[in-house]
Amino acid sequence: MGNGNCLDLSFTATEAEASVGIAQLSKGLEAQGLPPHKASDVKIALAEAINNVVEHAYAGVTPAKVQVHCRLHQNWLDILISDTGTPLPGFRLPDGVPAPLGSALDELPEGGFGWFLIHELTSDIRYEHRNGCNRLSLRFDFPNPSAGPKKAT
Amino acid sequence: MALTSKITDTTQIITVHSDRIDAAMAIQFKEDMRNVADGGAPRVVLDLTGVEFIDSSGLGAIVASMKQLGSDRRLDLAGLHPFVEKVFRLTRMDTVFNLYPTLADALAPPAE
Repeated sequence: MGNGNCLDLSFTATEAEASVGIAQLSKGLEAQGLPPHKASDVKIALAEAINNVVEHAYAGVTPAKVQVHCRLHQNWLDILISDTGTPLPGFRLPDGVPAPLGSALDELPEGGFGWFLIHELTSDIRYEHRNGCNRLSLRFDFPNPSAGPKKAT
Repeated sequence: MALTSKITDTTQIITVHSDRIDAAMAIQFKEDMRNVADGGAPRVVLDLTGVEFIDSSGLGAIVASMKQLGSDRRLDLAGLHPFVEKVFRLTRMDTVFNLYPTLADALAPPAE
């Protein structure tokens, strides 16, 4: 596969466009050969990362573009998500601590799972803010397909 | 977001007619659930058979829907696609809701 297959998509950071974009990217990656057992993980983490840009980076400002660059290699997938919105707090990745479930019905969290899911499902995450641009890199490793599945699922 | 509702005995079945519940429709879903479930049976089964994708905002909207029902009504979930089930499992929300593989399972009489 050499340097891998590329898939690029750019869209305005609105909830509606993100919804369509996430579905398009997931479909495109599967068409390019992303292993089916990894597709769910990628879809969940990608959606959470893009939703964060829409809901936080462009909160209170006119939404500009979100750019997503995917490069699918034989044993791993790199995804770079860039935007020109507000940097992450403290210019660093939030911790992946899940929201506590609480002990009563009205204590149940209705959010706060995004970064937990991203941390949980990726093999590596990097973030940098450079030249007014947020760059979030997600990496997903998957075993060599020629080695066969490790266990039946 | 289209929801349809059917009431049998003590159970209200609400079916989601969308293949995704995501950030773009979470607020609408919560509102629609409030309207559709209003005044219904004590037990509500949400039929997710047609839903193939959910994100944490969609999950939050389902949690909010359960809270809206109050403490004397219950929300169970049926027909979870493996993808949807995985999001519930990862966030441990599978410990909060009763999850049934199919709608028929949700409506079957409890085993002895």
